[in-house]
Amino acid sequence: MSQASPRPTPASPWFHPLGDCGLLVTLWDAIDENGFQAVRKCHYALTHPAIEGVQEIIPGYVTLTLLYDPIRLAYAQLVDGVKERLSQVERATLPPPQVITIPVAYGGEFGPDLEFVAAHNHLSPEEVVTIHASGHYPVYMLGFTPGFPYLGGLSEKIWTPRLKSPRTRVPAGSVGIANNQTGIYPVDSPGGWQIIGRTPLTLFNPLSDQPFLIQPGQCVSFEPITPDAFYRLKGEET
Amino acid sequence: MTEIMKVLFPGAHTTIQDEGRRGYQAYGVPVSGSLDLFAHRIANELVGNGPHEASLEITVLGPKLEILRDCQIALTGGDLRAFIGSSPLPMWRTVPVAKGSVISFKGVRSGCRAYLAIAGGFDVPEIMGSRSTYSRGGIGGKEGRPLKAGDILRKGPGDVSGGERSLPDAFIPEYPRELNCRIIPGPQAHYFENLHVFYENPYEITAKADRMGFRLKGPTLTLRAEAPESIISEAIVPGAIQVPAEGQPIVLMVEQTVGGYAKIGVVSTPDRWRLAQLRPGDKVRFEPVDIETAQSLYKAAMDRLDEIHRILNTLTAVKGGKT
Repeated sequence: MSQASPRPTPASPWFHPLGDCGLLVTLWDAIDENGFQAVRKCHYALTHPAIEGVQEIIPGYVTLTLLYDPIRLAYAQLVDGVKERLSQVERATLPPPQVITIPVAYGGEFGPDLEFVAAHNHLSPEEVVTIHASGHYPVYMLGFTPGFPYLGGLSEKIWTPRLKSPRTRVPAGSVGIANNQTGIYPVDSPGGWQIIGRTPLTLFNPLSDQPFLIQPGQCVSFEPITPDAFYRLKGEET
Repeated sequence: MTEIMKVLFPGAHTTIQDEGRRGYQAYGVPVSGSLDLFAHRIANELVGNGPHEASLEITVLGPKLEILRDCQIALTGGDLRAFIGSSPLPMWRTVPVAKGSVISFKGVRSGCRAYLAIAGGFDVPEIMGSRSTYSRGGIGGKEGRPLKAGDILRKGPGDVSGGERSLPDAFIPEYPRELNCRIIPGPQAHYFENLHVFYENPYEITAKADRMGFRLKGPTLTLRAEAPESIISEAIVPGAIQVPAEGQPIVLMVEQTVGGYAKIGVVSTPDRWRLAQLRPGDKVRFEPVDIETAQSLYKAAMDRLDEIHRILNTLTAVKGGKT
């Protein structure tokens, strides 16, 4: 199901218009570490310096979507500009992604599904916590709700299906598992993920100059904390 | 700022919207903003507001609003049979309204969404650069939600200079109940084995049509055997037409940033503004155009708005009204 060309790579991406103000650049064809690095590198190359007329660049798992003003920049002209920027990209190196450490109180009132995740995988709750907190999780993209990170890298040992029936309200900060994904709910919302813990940090604060704790292209790691530490940090946050 | 309006009855879905919240889609915050940007922009022009002011987006069943102070308003978009007191409220022109008047709506004559602007603009805080309401995210507009009874709205400083304005008839859009929509074929259009069916048949707007997306009903679209049922999630844009596995298209509007279904096409921007005026039961036909054609349509729509801006600011200073 490809276009005319073989599989996309950062040096020979696929280009397709996404409406009259968008350009979809496909850089890779699988959710993996290579795709993550390809998107990071190309995102950097297209923003340093910014391209005149490009208003926004939205990373996906294997894509970058450029939003632009067609009055200042025609489609063909933008594609040429992007091609030129990306022609050198495979030789470029970037510093490793910034790691954001998220403190998490696991289990109990904070993680009502920790026991289920443990039982499902024939592990103890402590083992689930150790496995979850020892991972490094690339932030592929944000979406679903403001600031919700789509994280990769979850250990196969703790993959767990979604709840049979979603909860009507999952508290902000909840850390969950759905199949091979893990994520953090930035705001109170309905949700069907298995909730194993909660962070006291605020992921989305619309009134702040920097509304988002986590950015696409970064990495997340989790650090277990006690309930006391949760409430202490929560107090400092508010 | 000045208290200007009290909400006596909120209507079906009345929200404060401007041209949208830009620059945060990478963080999962959708653009929001007025669905019919043409009507919104003209409402602002008619009361002398800059393009960044907010208006009220009124959907099908309009609100009842008490005016708390003499002011100037303009109502554009779909004709929802607006009244000021017991007289019809003229549309597409500046209307001075007196303290104590009540604006009400009696039902749909044409279109689906009306825009009410006030000279000076609605004074609500800018959240991340915009006054637009994003209800699902709980931000923008009046406390991040649609209006409710008892709300008091305020306005910023400003009045129409140079008298009242009216939009020349030639520029007032009609809102037909069957619309031809130009689309740019999507990145996964080639996944479908019956694309011609999509282009040759009308699709009906269902009752599931809101600011997030319009679900359509029509001939089922089928994926080629070798195409995946879903794609690796990627950014979507307003007007993107996603087709889930069951084969009925959904036109995404302004409250979603990521999608995981094949996109058969993307509605051109000016046709998306017109699409916003369709109601459940209305029909839409899709016509593919290439990107160059789509971008000249876009430019023509923007030129038209510039032309209206010039006309309203230099030529006309219409006095009086039909009220």
